[in-house]
Amino acid sequence: MKDALRHRELTLNMGPQHPATHGVLRLVLEIDGETVVKCTPYVGYLHRGTEKLCEHRTYLSALPLMDRLDYISSMANDVGYCVAVERLFGIEPPQRAKFIRSMVCEMTRISSHILWLGTHALDIGAMTVFLYAFREREWIMDLFEMLCGARLTVSYPRIGGVRNDVSQEFLDSLYDFCEEFPSRIEEYETLIDQNRIWLQRTKGIGVISAEEAVNWGFTGPTLRGSGVDYDVRKYFPYDAYDQVEFDVPVGKEGDVYARYRCRMEELRQSVRIIKQCIEKLPKGPIMAPDAPKFTLPPKDKVLKDMEAMIHHFVMLTKGPITAPVGEIYSSVEVPKGELGFYIVSDGSGRPYRLRLRSPSFVHVSALPRLCVGSLVADVIANIGTIDVVLGECDR
Amino acid sequence: MTPHSIAEQIRDKFPEDVLEIVEFRSQVAIVIKKERLKEIMSLLHMHSDYSFDYLVDLCGVDYMNKKSPRFEVVYHLFSIKHRHFLRVRVQVDEDNPTVDTVTDIWKGADWHERECFDMYGIRFEGHPDLRRILMPEDWEGHPLRKDYPLKSDLGDLEWKGYRDLIEFSEKARQYEVR
Repeated sequence: MKDALRHRELTLNMGPQHPATHGVLRLVLEIDGETVVKCTPYVGYLHRGTEKLCEHRTYLSALPLMDRLDYISSMANDVGYCVAVERLFGIEPPQRAKFIRSMVCEMTRISSHILWLGTHALDIGAMTVFLYAFREREWIMDLFEMLCGARLTVSYPRIGGVRNDVSQEFLDSLYDFCEEFPSRIEEYETLIDQNRIWLQRTKGIGVISAEEAVNWGFTGPTLRGSGVDYDVRKYFPYDAYDQVEFDVPVGKEGDVYARYRCRMEELRQSVRIIKQCIEKLPKGPIMAPDAPKFTLPPKDKVLKDMEAMIHHFVMLTKGPITAPVGEIYSSVEVPKGELGFYIVSDGSGRPYRLRLRSPSFVHVSALPRLCVGSLVADVIANIGTIDVVLGECDR
Repeated sequence: MTPHSIAEQIRDKFPEDVLEIVEFRSQVAIVIKKERLKEIMSLLHMHSDYSFDYLVDLCGVDYMNKKSPRFEVVYHLFSIKHRHFLRVRVQVDEDNPTVDTVTDIWKGADWHERECFDMYGIRFEGHPDLRRILMPEDWEGHPLRKDYPLKSDLGDLEWKGYRDLIEFSEKARQYEVR
């Protein structure tokens, strides 16, 4: 009789091809009835050796690899890399380039957050939001296409500036978007904010205190949901963030709902930043004058002029001949959190070591902390709330 | 408190163990021996003047043929309370690549240390679960070491998982519709 009543924990394999894991994340769950007893994440399915590849490329040609880290917010990754190399070389990009970069970074933040909102709501069971969110995401993708010709892997920022100038037509369309978008945010909120199912599935789920979240190394909205106002844009301003006004939304409860509110408020703040960038956009050059080592000669010149062709060849094969010897850590606020670059330079044209500190990697490592003790269905909510992109996690 | 004065204070407290204070582009790094790492880290974490509550990053660097202890483990610390930033570099020799773990101070160090072990073969003593993380479990070698080739023709030495895949695809070819 006693034997018949004895129960065993069940091992449940979730992923790597599970639709709710947002990529190729694999979780091995041990469950007792509906309660998760143990959770072990496995990552690395998307490991492409970006850090090793960067060691064999010049500073300039390592840039396109950064697009492929967090492919949803490629613009922010590129800017982060460029800022890091500029700080290493001591290059100061011109004002116009700074404003353009901050502007496109915030566009990326919007597109990343609404993709997150759509898929997160879809996982939890609110399908309609997904369709609405993708409508606006498409709009931003079209704006990116208008800006630089690419939609996803943009490689638009350059070390010392940006690739090409923005047109008035683009600025007008972007301003129209900013005028329209706040009403769209309200639309999303009317769909889920008062929805009883949404509230029950998010409130009080995946709670983590401020102290513990910092100890785990959380960053971005995942940390701010717990009430810590750490934001790289405010703490270590880069580009034009010290010249625009914006607030850092902070939650209190540290649960899935608080993090959702943080991201929704960030959408509004991003619109505010973009508007200011358009209004304050100064005239002038878009590439730093002291960055000739990173500025490729124009293509039509390369095909006709011998000097330009040699210059082009040397730049892409050897890189800058003289680089300062030293090491630097530089970080930016990407939509997921803090993306850090630690570059060790030995004076050659290639980075001796380039370390990428990706927010998703840290957040996934804390999944067992969030999931153990909760129900299986809440695992889905927890994966959604940390906003994981596996391309960035595995690098 | 400026990072430089923190570094000076640490050097005054541990004169034997702090080898160097490096400053580049106004970022300060202290280079220490690995023996008293745990003590220094706990002090930096617990002391109310420093209170480095946030471990930003932990990674390894391979200085093959460049520096005499071949490896370095680099810790980036930040204090959200005081807003100061410090880099700590620990020297690790090639013959005995072990360092004490800091997972009991910062929980976030867990996966960073596993990655460092995976990529450089540096063992973290006292780590609760030191396994490979990004590479497959049966992988041989540590890819981010400088003597590990970026690309090579390994033939039979190729990773078994890959060879199995090639074999399978050759077998599957007989079912191809012509």
